[in-house]
Amino acid sequence: MSGPSTYEPKTGIERWLDTRLPIIRFSADLLDFPTPKNLNYWWTFGGILTFCLVVQIVTGVVLAMHYVASADLAFNSIEHIKRDVNYGWLIQGIHANGASMFFMAVYIHMLRGIYYGSYKAPREVLWILGVIIYLLMMATAFMGYVLPWGQMSFWGATVITNIIGSLPVIGPAITTWLWGGFAVDNPTLNRFFSLHYLLPFVIAGVVGLHIWALHVPGNNNPTGVNVKGKEDTVPFHPYYTVKDGFAVALFVLLFASFVFFNPDGLSHPANYTPANPLVTPNPIVPEWYFLPFYAILRAVPNKLGGVLMMFAAIGVLFVLPWIDTAKVRSMRYRPMIRLFFFVFIFGCLVLGFCGANEPDAHPFPGGSVGTFVDADLNSFVWLSRLGALLYFQFFPALLLVGLIETPLPTPESISSPVLPQGATASPEKKG
Amino acid sequence: MATTSSHEDPNRRDFIHIAAAAAAVGGVAAVAWPLVDQMNPSGDTLALASIEFDLSKVVLGQQVIVKWRSKPVFVRNRTPKEIAEANAVNISELRDPQTDAERVKPGKAEWLILIGVCTHLGCVPDFGQGPYGGWLCPCHGSIYDTSGRIRAGPAPLNLAVPDYAFLSDTKVKIG
Repeated sequence: MSGPSTYEPKTGIERWLDTRLPIIRFSADLLDFPTPKNLNYWWTFGGILTFCLVVQIVTGVVLAMHYVASADLAFNSIEHIKRDVNYGWLIQGIHANGASMFFMAVYIHMLRGIYYGSYKAPREVLWILGVIIYLLMMATAFMGYVLPWGQMSFWGATVITNIIGSLPVIGPAITTWLWGGFAVDNPTLNRFFSLHYLLPFVIAGVVGLHIWALHVPGNNNPTGVNVKGKEDTVPFHPYYTVKDGFAVALFVLLFASFVFFNPDGLSHPANYTPANPLVTPNPIVPEWYFLPFYAILRAVPNKLGGVLMMFAAIGVLFVLPWIDTAKVRSMRYRPMIRLFFFVFIFGCLVLGFCGANEPDAHPFPGGSVGTFVDADLNSFVWLSRLGALLYFQFFPALLLVGLIETPLPTPESISSPVLPQGATASPEKKG
Repeated sequence: MATTSSHEDPNRRDFIHIAAAAAAVGGVAAVAWPLVDQMNPSGDTLALASIEFDLSKVVLGQQVIVKWRSKPVFVRNRTPKEIAEANAVNISELRDPQTDAERVKPGKAEWLILIGVCTHLGCVPDFGQGPYGGWLCPCHGSIYDTSGRIRAGPAPLNLAVPDYAFLSDTKVKIG
């Protein structure tokens, strides 16, 4: 969609610069980018995520001026930031809650991409870059959570690094290499701090590629129908700068409600106890945004099997563009796959609920109903397995439903999304 | 001329290309390895190899947790009943078959010394918990018996036995 540049240098200085470093032209073309005119509010999360990344980097750089990456001093330095550093309580609160806000936004952004088929041709590379950003975010968030060196930090780091240790042959050597010792300890904390500072800039770089890949085919839109011409688009500025700006403002309200009224609401009390390598807190749970994957890990009775299932749950996203067989992009016109999609979301929520609870506890009232195979049927083990089924069903469904489903008629173009009253739709016409 | 020289295989130019590429690959590898290996345990970490521990601190039926190589080590003074329970197990039913005798020093069956790290994902199992009276891991529910052998739950292996030796009846050297 990126047509020829419309920028005209107006002053002599602009003309001089334009032939040497056309940076004003680059920025002007970004602002003028032709964008489908029917984007709804689900599309504002790209802007919201950019906002989140900037907030995390700015607050993070400031926090690094006061934080001490040492097993003996890290915990107290966080308390020092929260109690003594001027506005430290605010900056630390924004950074810690910002991680949760970031993940909330990225999950909505990903689900929007799935619902409207934004991963389908010609946007496969755009989608894959997004999945890479998501993985980098998970690594960054995990290492950031270790830095306060509380009990949950320490034991979260222990469990996650041991996950890698379950790989056959090379696993233990990799784990020792990651630790820099025989357990999570001071060397681990130091390197996690280094990488936690580095990775956001890697994310920023991949975000650049993500936006580049977006600007080659242009935005998808709620109808999933290709842009046919100028009548289907509006310039990004002012139309979407204003829409995204309004969405960011609403998002900041939610963000601020956590920072100011419930700053510790999303964290865990055990992380206010300094790390103790000799005592594991009970229970240990990851941050909410990792709970579904944690539940999948625990649902499988075999160590390596659980780890592989957990990685598969994320890895399958990479091949999403190729397992979806449907010609129509948007689920707006695919009532059958839409049902499977909502079951998938429900599965994510069930898994999240399971991940927050102990495996042997009873999710439903009435207590034990007897052992089935290897665990009580009324236990989070079996509920996790049900949740994993609801999660993974979506991917074969994408493959099969695309082959058998008859989509609803799609509009001729973005500008004619509503069929005239009384007109009969032809099911053959797919945008 | 180009056609004739390109048929001489390998010619001098091919040799220079291959030699240059090989030197570049070797050079990159030689630079990359220190950057990778710096993350492995450092000399002072490796030097903390062994500790000595006074067994008289452990009351019968209790355990003491000692820190060795940043890891918890369980030193358990087992009761005759616990030893009998550990010996009464049918070895073929175990996930990681080992007799109790293989996990203690000869004549010192009361002293069970184990690395207190769950073989599932590295948590520290709780002493005396679980149906076998051994340990129960708080993270994912792995259950160990009074010999530290895995009996139920996701862990694949028994709690590991570190290298140790009795210096005297009351003193043990771990590592």
